[in-house]
Amino acid sequence: MEPSIFKFILKYSRREQVLLLLVTAASFPFLYFSLDLPKIIINEAIGGSDFPRALLGYELDQIPYLMVLCAFFLGLVFINGGFKYFVNVYRGVVAERMLRRLRHQLFNRVLRFPLARFRKQSEGEIVSMITAEAEPLGGFVGDSIALPAFQGGTLLTILVFMFVQEPLLGVAAITLYPLQAYFIPKLQRKVNALGKQRIVEVRKVSERIGEVVTGIQEVHAHDTSRLELADFSQRMGQIYGIRLKIYRLKFFIKFLNNFIDKLTPFFFFSIGGYLVIKGQLTFGALVAVLAAYKDISDPWKELLKYYQTKEDARIKYELLVENFEPAGMMEERMQADEPEEFPILSGELVATNLDLREEDEGDGRFVGGATFRFDLKQRVAILGKGASGKKRLAKLVAGVGRPLYGSVKIGDVTLTGSPQTVTGRRIAYVGQESRLRSGSLRDNLFYTLKHRPLRAVVYDEDVRQEQELRRVEAAMAGNSEHDINADWVDYAAAGVAGPNELNDRAVDILNMVDMDEDAYQLGLKGTIDPEKQPELAAQILQARKALRDRISDPDVAPLVELFDRDRYNSNMTIAENLLFGTPCDDRFQIENLSANDYVRKVLEDTGLMPQFIEIGRKLAALMVDLFADVEPGSELFEQYSFIRADDLPTFQSMLTHIEGVASEQLTPEDRSMLLSLPFKLIPARHRLSLVEAPLQARLLEARHAFAEGLGEHKGAIEFFDPERYSPAISIQDNILFGRLAYGKPRAAATVGMLISEIAEKLGLRRTVMQVGLDYQVGIAGSRLSPVQRQKIAIARAVLKRPDLLVIDEATAAMDGATQAKIMEALFREFKDRGLIWVLHRASLGSEFDHTLVLDDGKVVEQGRFTDLDKPNTVLKDLVMAG
Amino acid sequence: MDLLEEAEVLRKVPMFAKLEPSKLKLLAFTSEYQTFEDGEVLFHAGDPADCAFVIISGEVEILANTDAGDVVLGVLGDNQIFGELALLNKAPRSATLRAKNRLQVLRIKDEVFLKLVTENPDVALDLMHQLSDKLALSHQQVEALQSKLHRNGS
Repeated sequence: MEPSIFKFILKYSRREQVLLLLVTAASFPFLYFSLDLPKIIINEAIGGSDFPRALLGYELDQIPYLMVLCAFFLGLVFINGGFKYFVNVYRGVVAERMLRRLRHQLFNRVLRFPLARFRKQSEGEIVSMITAEAEPLGGFVGDSIALPAFQGGTLLTILVFMFVQEPLLGVAAITLYPLQAYFIPKLQRKVNALGKQRIVEVRKVSERIGEVVTGIQEVHAHDTSRLELADFSQRMGQIYGIRLKIYRLKFFIKFLNNFIDKLTPFFFFSIGGYLVIKGQLTFGALVAVLAAYKDISDPWKELLKYYQTKEDARIKYELLVENFEPAGMMEERMQADEPEEFPILSGELVATNLDLREEDEGDGRFVGGATFRFDLKQRVAILGKGASGKKRLAKLVAGVGRPLYGSVKIGDVTLTGSPQTVTGRRIAYVGQESRLRSGSLRDNLFYTLKHRPLRAVVYDEDVRQEQELRRVEAAMAGNSEHDINADWVDYAAAGVAGPNELNDRAVDILNMVDMDEDAYQLGLKGTIDPEKQPELAAQILQARKALRDRISDPDVAPLVELFDRDRYNSNMTIAENLLFGTPCDDRFQIENLSANDYVRKVLEDTGLMPQFIEIGRKLAALMVDLFADVEPGSELFEQYSFIRADDLPTFQSMLTHIEGVASEQLTPEDRSMLLSLPFKLIPARHRLSLVEAPLQARLLEARHAFAEGLGEHKGAIEFFDPERYSPAISIQDNILFGRLAYGKPRAAATVGMLISEIAEKLGLRRTVMQVGLDYQVGIAGSRLSPVQRQKIAIARAVLKRPDLLVIDEATAAMDGATQAKIMEALFREFKDRGLIWVLHRASLGSEFDHTLVLDDGKVVEQGRFTDLDKPNTVLKDLVMAG
Repeated sequence: MDLLEEAEVLRKVPMFAKLEPSKLKLLAFTSEYQTFEDGEVLFHAGDPADCAFVIISGEVEILANTDAGDVVLGVLGDNQIFGELALLNKAPRSATLRAKNRLQVLRIKDEVFLKLVTENPDVALDLMHQLSDKLALSHQQVEALQSKLHRNGS
């Protein structure tokens, strides 16, 4: 990177800066004229005589003369303002482009850091450097040349003007400048040094907080909270001390500046006044000089401030850049340049004197590394103790990271010098803790196929133009011009023709890594749009019918209560029974029902209102009775109460004052409160005997009335219709089309099994799994279990069809049966390709063709597992150790 | 079955006998009413324990898994509570429980039960009685075994 911020500025924004300078220079004559004009107005137009006078070829009287000059003055105000506006906006543009470029460069470098770097530098530090610390530099870049030119030029123009009016006043205006120019930078340097110190201290504090937070159980386990607080307090004290010094210096500078600022007018009044009285200076000139002086202090202040920020930015830039130039960083072409052809990696893998020490441990003397060779067609196991170098070896043969010494060759290709554009496509590596990114399961699976945009998106014309503008702007800022919305998926690399086949292939591979059931379950909980997938929706409806037949079995029947428009469902809330569908927006959400005018009208029309109020009253009384003694923060409220803890006292007092009052005589407020309760009631769950057969019958009438009179609210409810797929509920709920019965513990498992059977029979399982691919995995895959994440990581490594797959203890967290299953499947899949597996259990080595045993960075034993598994071998020790 | 009847059932459980009516109702309200068919298993030995059960009607067999197959160690009946001790030390289930004939129970979740114990000394005391009875029993058994050993040794 450019060593100093000015080199960076000159290299990447020379043209913009020149433009800014030219525009700035063009503005000065106008500025000078706008200073001179007031003098003419006062001396000639207001104070002058011998009118009419000639102006621009016209003869003008005094008043028109004054007015024309004033109009000129106004015009100049506009012109000067216009220049300022243009320069400011353009400065902003330059600043933002350069900031964008700087961040892009930094991030590009992060992607090429040697991996060991990330053990020294925390994620948080890198984030804050690229975001927060880079931010002010952008602003400075915009100002760096234009601001001193503009403000300096302005200052100069005004000074020239003053000297022309009266040299003595000009001298008065600047006598104190040398003083300021000498002292203030000196003081400022001290402030800067302190500022730097403060940055370092704050970085330390954030590091400390991070450390304590991640190790919080240590604090709890050893009662060290006082210690941590004292440490924290001490650090905060240090920051306080630095800050205090900064404040003192900063405000002293301010004081000095203000003082000098006010001292100059003193000279003007005394010297200028004297000259005017003596008749050596016109009154108009003094007024103009005073007005000009008001304008002069701004540019001068700006210049001083510029000097401060310049120093600041210089230091910040250097501090920032030195963190992004670690030794051993990969060259950019290794990631950027597309090779002309992709070699197929096959034949023999030969490692010569390969240094297996971690990159940051390579300071000591190199005493020789690992040397080995094997045919890539063999299945190879790598064994060794934790620090034997086996993990480093796995990375190096996969082209992840580079050794300080030694080389790896496969066939004719030297991996150690190959760009990532080759290794990253021909080799796959899966480590122990794979990280996913937020997005769908599908996005994460296809991640390994997205190396560069392959098919452009066809945009509508207006969107296309916008997109093109964005691309041009990115190019101006030296950013990546690739369109993230394009189709990046390399179908050919996965050996398929297009998206549909790839989905199919993904499902096959999920089977391979034992993730099929998970994907199926996730798919069942997903939703689809029946208009986009009409065939799937039709199949699901078929499954619904099939399940309905199975549920008629008396053994299963009591476990489910199906949706039936003409029957009350006691496993649903009253609200659901009334709506008999899924609300599509807020209007009919359960908590809004009691306030909904239409719902109230239906209740009134069907005569249910008084009964609802009565049930509400009973429920309120019950809740107050049950929960009055429960403390407000208790989970019981959340889980069981119909009334929130905060509202309980209100209900309590209402119940006392409505005691004995008939429901028709209640106030509207009381009725509203009571009405909010019954909707949540589920008869089968709450067992309160409040919804008996006659009420159920009337609720059914209300359900029908509700649906028929919906009118303007049509579309707000997706009704349960046995003949239609409902996009508002999950696939599983669409198949079930009913509710599991409360109080039947085996219902979920039994019905789940039935659905599974039916899905299998109808050939739905694979399609449901594909729906499961839409599942959002959460930040860093947090909505999946660690084992699921590992399975996805293996699956996507397989998906890109590498010539060599390196597994680095990636299945260690899985149970034995799953591991065996995945291992077997991968053996089959990689029959003719390379497969290298770092094993966490040595005994698994017997499954492999060739075994390498590592110790202290060297290969100590190699050959067939059975040949090595003898007394007094390192392998034997490893097997015995488990 | 409704809430009041269930509260009545709970009141017949000795441990809960002294609870105020509103607390009994709350306990019933926060419990889940479940039914099991003949031969259905409530839980297996070794399962994690997350609830206690009170029998409303029907019977439950306590099974021990031996080499010779399942052996019935005992049978529980109306108004008996079971599975609650495992909640205290979060131990896995010590035996398998199976419904005999049609069974109705109230399932009390662990957090509700533990809250009940911490807030009601009577319930806690009853649990302590049970535990000390068990302790005394095993103490006796140990002593019996020791004296048997002693006799055999001398």
